[in-house]
Amino acid sequence: MDTTCIMCPMGCALTVTEQDGKVVVTGNTCPRGEKYGVAEYSHPERVVTTLLKTTRGGVVSVKTDRPIPKDKIGDFLAWAAAFRVEGVVVTGDVIAENPVSCGARVVATADYGV
Amino acid sequence: MERFDVAVIGGGPAGMAAALAARAKGASVAILERDDRLGGILNQCIHNGFGLHYFGEELTGPEYAKRFRDKVLADDGIKVYLETMVLSLTEDRVVTALSPTDGLVEIRAGAVVLAMGCRERSAGAIALAGTRPAGIYTAGMAQRLCNVEGYLVGKEVVILGSGDIGLIMARRMTSEGAKVKLVAEIMPFSSGLKRNIVQCLSDYDIPLRYSTTVTRVTGKERLTGVYVAPVGDKMQPDLSREEYIPCDTLLLSVGLIPENDLLTGSSVEMSRVTSGAVVDEYRQTSVPGIFSAGNVLHVHDLVDNVSEEASIAGSAAADYAAGALSASPTLPVTPSNGVRYALPQRVHTGEGKVRLYFRVDKVYRGRTVVVTAGGREVKRKKTLVMAPGEMQYIEVDKSLLTGDVSIRTEE
Repeated sequence: MDTTCIMCPMGCALTVTEQDGKVVVTGNTCPRGEKYGVAEYSHPERVVTTLLKTTRGGVVSVKTDRPIPKDKIGDFLAWAAAFRVEGVVVTGDVIAENPVSCGARVVATADYGV
Repeated sequence: MERFDVAVIGGGPAGMAAALAARAKGASVAILERDDRLGGILNQCIHNGFGLHYFGEELTGPEYAKRFRDKVLADDGIKVYLETMVLSLTEDRVVTALSPTDGLVEIRAGAVVLAMGCRERSAGAIALAGTRPAGIYTAGMAQRLCNVEGYLVGKEVVILGSGDIGLIMARRMTSEGAKVKLVAEIMPFSSGLKRNIVQCLSDYDIPLRYSTTVTRVTGKERLTGVYVAPVGDKMQPDLSREEYIPCDTLLLSVGLIPENDLLTGSSVEMSRVTSGAVVDEYRQTSVPGIFSAGNVLHVHDLVDNVSEEASIAGSAAADYAAGALSASPTLPVTPSNGVRYALPQRVHTGEGKVRLYFRVDKVYRGRTVVVTAGGREVKRKKTLVMAPGEMQYIEVDKSLLTGDVSIRTEE
């Protein structure tokens, strides 16, 4: 797998391969790059932020309260597109627990209807 | 006429931080904000990545704004004017503004902090050729329509410019079901953060072409497509290699300009490089008592730096209003050899440390940053890599500054 390290502005071009069951990173300049490369290869994760529609019109911004597996992002966004938020929302409110088994809570990042 | 120790023009991240810092020094403060809430552009930046430096945790834009807004609104010593447009500012610090609830507002302030932020360069600013159909937006406008108003501005998108807002919007539009066909960048590098290139483009297989620009657009009522072409060393597009990309939306992420219209006709000295005021380390302009901070001073890449800079300005503005700001002589700070600009542009002699913020003119690897004063070297710092999109700083002892200051890079 080829990727770019994001740990600093260097942006090293990393190549990550698996040799004899071990993940090997090349192209990195420092240990942070190796750690990043291994994580991106083995279990890439992202915090996802998006909008949810509300039943009264308008949108409310949300985030996952922890990074979710990258391969769950598509399912998560499809869930988010179909979901409708009811009532008043305050920043920090938990909107949903573990949708699409993504392993995270969905938390409001703004107020709605306050 | 109302009287305040400090009047802050703009209620975004810079204005809120300046107001709180002025309050911490005991000043009475007014914030004048033209939107219907505090927070500025942060309110529409629903992505995360804010606050890592300032708060030590990763927040979204609205969350970052809320931390400051809650403090401002809880403080009886800060009067907040919303939906209020400042019309003029005199050099003896009379602010005239128009408000739907207070009518014509006149404020005499002990000190003024300019915190009006910046505007996006538009299709007109880049002399975009072709017709003038619907579907051409600045990236920030599309961001506001999408994230605040809840409208998706298009379905098939080309983005010109790979600044951070453009990259963020590429991911945002994709998340909302649009297809982003291309991000074109006229420079051979991106001014956006690496993290955004990876997490906004690579994650979603969105192509990014460097040294490429949009040459013209087509469409009568609605945009039907754009032509793109590679550019040579002198930014001249090679029209023989023009390529047509059908799309209904073009987003422009082609630069930001500090919104300093209020200073037109004033004697505040301006920088041709930053399009903001020339300031000392207190962020005081050439007109005593008028301070400037945040994107109206120079465009930042991190809001954390905006908050920090505005705190300096707000605190110094309160000192000025109380007659307690030092007025020792200043030395000019001049950039050269790879440093595009340095800020502050003037530094007072005296004690303590001062951070010189600067941007380089292109990507440099393995360079050393050198600060001299009166021709003598006072600080040297090795760097692994420096890019124009990432603001750098170097801290120097003011006691060492005995002559004109220069900052440069060396092999």
